[in-house]
Amino acid sequence: MKHTLSVLVEDKPGALSRISNLFARRGYNIESLAVGQTERAGVSRITLRVDCAEHSLEQITKQIHKLVNVLRITELTPDDAVEREIALFTVAAPPERRGELMAFADHYGARVSDLGPQEIVFEMVGHPEDLDSFEELVRPYGIKEMVRTGRIGLSRAVRH
Amino acid sequence: MTRMTGADAIIRSLEAEGVDVCFGIPGGMIIDTYDALYRAAANGSKLRHVLARHEQGAGHMAEGYARASGKVGVAIATSGPGTTNLITAIADAWMDSTPLVCITGQVPSTKIGTDAFQETNATGITLPIVKHSWLVQKASEIPATIKAAFHVAQTGRSGPVLVDITKDAQIAELDFKYPEHVDLPGWNPPKKVNHRQIAAAAKAILEADKPIFYIGGGVINGEASAELLELVELTNIPVVTTLTGKSAFPDSHPLNTGHPGMHGGKYGNLALNRSDLVIAVGARFDDRVTGNVSAFAPNAKVIHFEVDAAEIGKIRDAQIPICAPLQPALVRLLAELRKQIPDGREGPTDWIDKINGWKEEFPLRYELGDLLKPQQILEAVRDVTAGRDDVVWTTGVGQHQMWAMQYLVCDRPRSFISSGGLGTMGFGVPAAVGAKAARPDATVICIDGDGCFQMTAKELTTATLHGLPIIVVLLRNGSLGMVRQWQEMFYDERYSQTDLTGPIPDYAKMSEAFGAVAMTVTDSSELDSALERAIAENAAGRSVVVDVVCDPEEKVFPMIPAGASAADIIEYGSHEKAKEVEAR
Repeated sequence: MKHTLSVLVEDKPGALSRISNLFARRGYNIESLAVGQTERAGVSRITLRVDCAEHSLEQITKQIHKLVNVLRITELTPDDAVEREIALFTVAAPPERRGELMAFADHYGARVSDLGPQEIVFEMVGHPEDLDSFEELVRPYGIKEMVRTGRIGLSRAVRH
Repeated sequence: MTRMTGADAIIRSLEAEGVDVCFGIPGGMIIDTYDALYRAAANGSKLRHVLARHEQGAGHMAEGYARASGKVGVAIATSGPGTTNLITAIADAWMDSTPLVCITGQVPSTKIGTDAFQETNATGITLPIVKHSWLVQKASEIPATIKAAFHVAQTGRSGPVLVDITKDAQIAELDFKYPEHVDLPGWNPPKKVNHRQIAAAAKAILEADKPIFYIGGGVINGEASAELLELVELTNIPVVTTLTGKSAFPDSHPLNTGHPGMHGGKYGNLALNRSDLVIAVGARFDDRVTGNVSAFAPNAKVIHFEVDAAEIGKIRDAQIPICAPLQPALVRLLAELRKQIPDGREGPTDWIDKINGWKEEFPLRYELGDLLKPQQILEAVRDVTAGRDDVVWTTGVGQHQMWAMQYLVCDRPRSFISSGGLGTMGFGVPAAVGAKAARPDATVICIDGDGCFQMTAKELTTATLHGLPIIVVLLRNGSLGMVRQWQEMFYDERYSQTDLTGPIPDYAKMSEAFGAVAMTVTDSSELDSALERAIAENAAGRSVVVDVVCDPEEKVFPMIPAGASAADIIEYGSHEKAKEVEAR
């Protein structure tokens, strides 16, 4: 079962390696990891995507919570969170196939960020699952290179 | 505010924390701190330094000091090999939750990452075995960092921390002011006790037919022994203590049911496994206690008192989890129970009778032989110190450690200091030196094996030179006995590399070379007088090694093989019987 964890940490040297070390120690693979600044100076947010059982998740959450630099850890559940990711795809695009690719891109809201005679670099911002779909769709055309930032997320806006 | 160097600030910070003794070895990247120590001593500082012979020894001394005193142990080492030599002790403190502040020198900040001479990434290499660590590159950060280090080491579940300080930070100047508060927004160990959970625990305790206290080292670390004793006397519930929990509850108390696990008495294992309510306090359901987890105490509900939330439900689910500091939690439980049974109760008498029956039916056993038996030696050393409340025991790791656990009687908290989780051979001698530094008036006795002794015996030199005399009772069986026992029982007697015998070393000569009084005992008739002489010599200020030759064939029983359950317990004699049957 996959889970998204959102960890607020003090922006101190080694904070990230302390967290990643806990996963390594227990043999869990981190599927994606994104780190960046937050609304508070000196505080970073780490968003982690991991594949582990519920019991293991509880254990790793408690272990991370104990770290001195960790201010808060929460699980982002799909229903209660907004999740986004950015991807860049360099796709083989000979002139005769560009029309189809542009139509897919239009449908998925992907933009052309660079263009060459035989390839296009698409950029796409969206829900990670939508990025997966676009990737599947353009794969037969030949993905020459690809990079994804790893998912980031926040709790949904307060409704009341 | 006083202007001083970073090195001076380190010493002043240690003084401000009330440290009276620290353990270490100087080197190039910590030389400035040792210079500050020298100058402080010349100016009348009370901070004493014990020069170990190996940094691992310094670390174990700091552990022994911490566990005998309840204070934070301090170890100091230089960069590179000084730091790596400390690592075993840090890992040991991590596993047994011993509060330790390790201060290491580091290459100058401008040289970090260049593979400079004696550079090693101290914070990186210790990452998985510390509660927290700091790399300090500015002198001005030293006081607040050391303040934070002591705070983290001893709050929540105690454990080791590392402060790695670059040489230039030790040399640079700062305006020294020791902070009154720590600024650690992410460090919030539990402080409160949840009343509803306490009420639920009290109810479960009074309803249970076969309750048992399962006590770990957390009770000692959490200073909750007095409350535990009151609770037991109020409720009449039997107690088992783990290896690290030994001495948290008096061994001679009639409700003490021994030690559970791989080499615990059969009665203790039966009691724990047949109970209907396990009241775990500061214990972590270690595999050496539970064996096969799915078969462990199968009919028991669990109340788990624990300061570290991550331990609750890690191995065994708790129906009533209580994540809180143990001492106030037990105070609250006592108050809740007193409301319902103000004058105590007779207790679960059927259950206690049953356990007493098991104690009678399955006592610890061994048989005398031509050679001295290790159990016989432990009984002799126990009896020669009987009735004294000023004895602190340490052990190495292996068979002798298990016999020490089984046979020694420890009635006061912090009187039994052994390497539990990490199982560090060689722990005993340096831990004893540290314990002696913490309790100079106590008689500190290390029960050691010949394998362990050869790893760290050199710290007898430290004991001699620093006026920290200890007694070592060396159970010499000429082999790495516990491994040999496994080879005999599970590897068809293929004794691969466990034979230590031969004419060397001459343990008595070796001990004398380190400044100790030494005596070799080969016959039971000499044993009592040798031990009595050892205690007398030690009281006169000498370290003493009593080198006792004992039977190499003797094995530790009972034994629950690794991964098996209490039902598979092998008792004394039954293994031999099984072998005889097989031979027929």
